[in-house]
Amino acid sequence: MTISQLSVFAENKAGAICEVTNTLAEAGIDIRAFNVAETKDFGILRLIVNDAEKAKKALAEKECVVSITDVIGVVVPDAPGGLAKVLSAVNGINVEYIYAFVSVSGSHAYVVLRVDDNDAAIKVLKDAGFNLLSDDIVKKM
Amino acid sequence: MANYYQPEIETASREQIKAWQDERLVKTVERVWNNCEYYKNKMKAHGVEPGDIKSTEDLWKLPFVTKDDLRDAYPYGLMSAPLSDCVRIQSTSGTTGKRVVAFYTQNDINLWEDCCARAIMAVGGTKEDVVQVAYGYGLFTGGAGMHGGSHKVGCLTLPMSSGNTERQLQFMCDLGATIICCTPSYAAYLAENIHEKGLRDQIKLKAGIFGAEAWTEEMRRDIQAQLGLKAYDIYGLTELSGPGVSFECEEQTGMHINEDHFIAEIIDPKTGKVLPEGEKGELVFTSITKEAFPLLRYRTKDICVLSRKPCSCGRTHIKMSKPMGRSDDMLIVKGVNVFPSQIEMVLLNKGLTANYQIVVDRQGHSDSIEVKVEMTPELFSDKINHITEVEKEITEALKAVLGIYAKVTIVEPKSIVRSEGKAVRVIDKRNLYNN
Repeated sequence: MTISQLSVFAENKAGAICEVTNTLAEAGIDIRAFNVAETKDFGILRLIVNDAEKAKKALAEKECVVSITDVIGVVVPDAPGGLAKVLSAVNGINVEYIYAFVSVSGSHAYVVLRVDDNDAAIKVLKDAGFNLLSDDIVKKM
Repeated sequence: MANYYQPEIETASREQIKAWQDERLVKTVERVWNNCEYYKNKMKAHGVEPGDIKSTEDLWKLPFVTKDDLRDAYPYGLMSAPLSDCVRIQSTSGTTGKRVVAFYTQNDINLWEDCCARAIMAVGGTKEDVVQVAYGYGLFTGGAGMHGGSHKVGCLTLPMSSGNTERQLQFMCDLGATIICCTPSYAAYLAENIHEKGLRDQIKLKAGIFGAEAWTEEMRRDIQAQLGLKAYDIYGLTELSGPGVSFECEEQTGMHINEDHFIAEIIDPKTGKVLPEGEKGELVFTSITKEAFPLLRYRTKDICVLSRKPCSCGRTHIKMSKPMGRSDDMLIVKGVNVFPSQIEMVLLNKGLTANYQIVVDRQGHSDSIEVKVEMTPELFSDKINHITEVEKEITEALKAVLGIYAKVTIVEPKSIVRSEGKAVRVIDKRNLYNN
């Protein structure tokens, strides 16, 4: 089980991120999580939103380069050691990047994992007893 | 006291120069007609025969030769002497697809080196001088030409070639070089290094002969002040021989064209019509003493002005201004010829769109080139290293084609300014020309 992450290209210049968030606001998109990876010249915005397809369409209309990436959302108890347990479970799997978010509605945190091999990661995480997010769950958060 | 290499030629009367040009033009036209199929066909297609060319007044009747001709006839098509008489080739710097190869007989080399010797003596060079040649050696004409000229004058010649700045400075100081030949941007770079290392007191340079790229009067002032020498311009094209087609004298007000070897015309680049003296237009050269590779009415694409005003140095040969621009889109970056079309080809090969922009800039006196390309959905990835990998691939491909490093920057789609729907391809921030 994976969730849809929105990946958006942004130049490293004033107002670039603002343009993206404004477009999402106009389209009525709810942002759950947000992460930026950057180099000197450009950045990649990674977002977990309530409706990735709708968000992608809105951004594409504004000439943004945008794609949807399948990532794994892990439900973690919002307590010390939560993240450590997730990483121990996927030890041995190449993690490209990782970020986390919390939701106001509960005592859980959520860890987003981008890995080379989703199936392998899902298996080890499930074996370790973790619950994983789905797009449906994300939508209703 | 003016210093000439061949005083009887360099100060010849205008009538004498005209007589040489008339006679040599007729002979050159006969030579290409008899020895070069490509030329013969070109002249026939233009409806002109050797009999139509009796003097320089008939020059306009001949068709122009352009870079396209050189490409079409590559490699041997324009050779006008038997291969057995040719002893050398030289080639233009670093550009694929548009590379020019030029051939020389021993006599061609001899005359070319005479031209370079004139340039060295015009800046005050004598056999007492130590000449550091820091132009590239090899296919590039800069090193070979100035090296030969320096020998002819009888100078002690340091064949340094380009690069290896530490060694350049060591030899310059230890051997007491008095004249340096290199590109103006390398001269500026050397000046910076000399300043940083506190070597100013140890250098003995009195003159620099700087060519192969455009430079401004401001740059001349800076180099002169920093190196404590007089900086002279020299002009040339591989197509015509190399450096020494024209050169500056002590007046530093334009370059004397060696008119006993080259006939210069200024034309309107749009109509091809010859313009009166003093008007700005495209410089066209006819080489009239070359055996292996004579070119008739070769369009240089350099925009400049000619002047026959008498010169205080006593030379009677016509002067050309520093080039004031180009009539095509060629850029000269770090002394290397760069055509936007070469960059476009690399980008298209890498699956990118033709929406790109070339930004050329100069920090201090050092050129930089940046290629901005628009991100495409195909190229995009959520992983940073995928994108930087693509940047790296494009950078390497550009390096292979251009011969110089160009920084690649990936920008957002539609972010490159378009005018009338077309992207503005080149932004040159260097202000290279004093117009």
